[in-house]
Amino acid sequence: MSNIIVLPLIIPIITAVILVFLREHIMLQRVISFLTMVFISIISFVLLEVVQTEGIIKIDFSGWLPPFGILFVADSFSLLLVLTASIVTAICLLYAFSTIGEHHEKMFFYPFVLFLIAGVNGSFLTGDIFNLFVCFEVMLLASYVLVALGGEKVQLRESLKYVVINVVASWMFLVALAYLYGTVKTLNMAHIAERVAEVGQDPMLTTVAILFLVVFSLKAGLLLFFWLPGSYSVPPTAVQALFAALLTKVGIYALFRTFTLMFPLNPEVTHTLIGIMAGVTLIAGCMGALSGRDIYTIATYNVIIGVGFILIGLAVGTEEAISGAIYYLIHDIIAKALLFLIVGMMVYLTGETVVKKMSGLIRNYPLFGWIYFLVMLALTGIPPFSGFVGKVLIGIGAIEGENFILLGIGFASSIIVLYSLLRIFLASFFGETIISLEDEKKIPKGALSSFVLLAIIIVFIGVGAESMSGYIDNATRTLMNPSIYIEAILKGGQ
Amino acid sequence: MESLMIVLVGILVSVGTYLVLSRNIIRVIVGTAILSHAVHLLILTVGGLKKGDVPLLSHSGGPFTDALPQALILTAIVISFAVTAFLLVLAYRTYVTNGSDDFQELRGMSDE
Amino acid sequence: MKINDVILKTVVKGVVFIILTLGVYLFFSGHNAPGGGFIGGLVLGSGIVLLYLTYDIETIHRKMPFDFKKVAAFGVLLATGTAIGSLYFEAPFLTQTDGYFTLPILGEKHLSTVTIFEAGVALTVVGTLVTIILSISEDE
Repeated sequence: MSNIIVLPLIIPIITAVILVFLREHIMLQRVISFLTMVFISIISFVLLEVVQTEGIIKIDFSGWLPPFGILFVADSFSLLLVLTASIVTAICLLYAFSTIGEHHEKMFFYPFVLFLIAGVNGSFLTGDIFNLFVCFEVMLLASYVLVALGGEKVQLRESLKYVVINVVASWMFLVALAYLYGTVKTLNMAHIAERVAEVGQDPMLTTVAILFLVVFSLKAGLLLFFWLPGSYSVPPTAVQALFAALLTKVGIYALFRTFTLMFPLNPEVTHTLIGIMAGVTLIAGCMGALSGRDIYTIATYNVIIGVGFILIGLAVGTEEAISGAIYYLIHDIIAKALLFLIVGMMVYLTGETVVKKMSGLIRNYPLFGWIYFLVMLALTGIPPFSGFVGKVLIGIGAIEGENFILLGIGFASSIIVLYSLLRIFLASFFGETIISLEDEKKIPKGALSSFVLLAIIIVFIGVGAESMSGYIDNATRTLMNPSIYIEAILKGGQ
Repeated sequence: MESLMIVLVGILVSVGTYLVLSRNIIRVIVGTAILSHAVHLLILTVGGLKKGDVPLLSHSGGPFTDALPQALILTAIVISFAVTAFLLVLAYRTYVTNGSDDFQELRGMSDE
Repeated sequence: MKINDVILKTVVKGVVFIILTLGVYLFFSGHNAPGGGFIGGLVLGSGIVLLYLTYDIETIHRKMPFDFKKVAAFGVLLATGTAIGSLYFEAPFLTQTDGYFTLPILGEKHLSTVTIFEAGVALTVVGTLVTIILSISEDE
């Protein structure tokens, strides 16, 4: 039974390989890749229900009991992320069908998207820190290819920088792993947590923890986001949306696991550091979003603001703040995907990237314009949309934790998000239309349906936050009490 | 022996860092390869260098060395092999398309 | 200028067999001695690359009409297939099994499902290696 935990990792890999053989049959590739993602979404939802009733489940690969073998662990937190990631990928694929173009589809676009999602799901589900490294690399290798796919000048140039930066980050990950193995002699996350709790988190272990913080910050775009705007603005829209939705979130997930499960014992150093980094990230992201002239820059800096805001939740570390961060994480995956899809569609429709050169889109495409308005409200955190609950809970948590500086920065950033996105809305959607009736391109049906689906999810999460609270509470409980996780792994199932 | 290895790792890291910081693409790639070799040695060293038998059933009897660092290194080698190969192909394509192998000239961002 | 490569071609004809045999040997010895799918695959792949270097791509393609991308894909499929096969038997993911079988001529042999997994790894390595080299050498 617990074998089905590996399916979110293994099914994308197998279908990706099968798709390699179906290179010429584009229609078949589309259908298979879409069905795969739908299937994984269903599986992860079923697993989520199971975890809800039976507690954390795990699968020890080839029967090696922890801490000796590698294993996959499914708790509510990871499954919520797997579910959201799978749904968003399915919808992004829907967008890609009508926009990506035959050239990409024949160059193994769908297999690489599936490899990417395999790496992402693997990173969420693994219970072994070295396995986390491997899943990161699977995801990153797929992302390297997706950035460069198409082979335009700009793409190759940016992808080279992106790859080199990530290779160095992965190298630091290995260094951190080596130190960790040298000090605690184990790589199983639950076992590490147990050993760290036994000996207390001495300065040596805190140093290792900070090394992990640096590595995951590079991946998440926390403070070390200098690489992000360049590489996120060159690939095709569907890929951009996937990156914005998923890649930084994997880094954030790793940060949450590291600092709630493995190294939670020295918050004066680590959590303060995360707090400072989150604050600086928010301020820098806001500056970027304010100064940007083209919509890609504004959208990528909004990704960075999102990262900073979620990590306020981790830095504060109270129960309310953590559950707010989980809400906001899920919201951010969906809303950022929608934002990037819309931005890409705007560029496709007008042929311009500079905000001031576009005008009057809402006259030609009313539904499209109002969906943009909706995602703007959601990202700002206006009820009844999805961002509201997360923002309020993180705010309550920050007040409880008496962390008023972060509270102030966080809510100031919301206003700047609103300002930067409203500027696009007023300049590009209102005003005189620049597209004459003859030049008007139609929005492809697949793209429009992907917008509508994501918008429905945003409204649903906002209005139906109550229905999600059971899962979120369960996830928060596990994150706040690492002993639940440790016991489920090391003592259960024997 | 351990201290000797650590010094060696240090030398490799400094060489690798120097190369990664240079402007030429190929030097950067060689730099990342050297860095990954350094970290493989580091993993081997922190696992503890012991004299012992190979951890295989047919050779059992007597103490044997910790097999885990070796397994980790093998995985890391395979990954760095894949990444380096990909980087080389990417660098070649970039050179052909952009006509330069110098990061200074690949800065861009202004011409779009 | 045409390089006279008679010596290279003659030597390679013999050496390739030695390399390929070594590759297969390393592959099979991997179960409980140094060796295995990855190393065996690397050696096999380098043998094939050597052939491509000595003779031109078209000649080799006529004799070995494989798309090496598909070889790699097939390898991954084989490896993941054995991994997921254990799910069918209600055993944990990646479980392996082995046993002693008496085969005609060879006598009693130790067979294990790990070998299939390793074969997948070897094919993947061969496929990837040759694809990388060919994709660099194919233009101009």
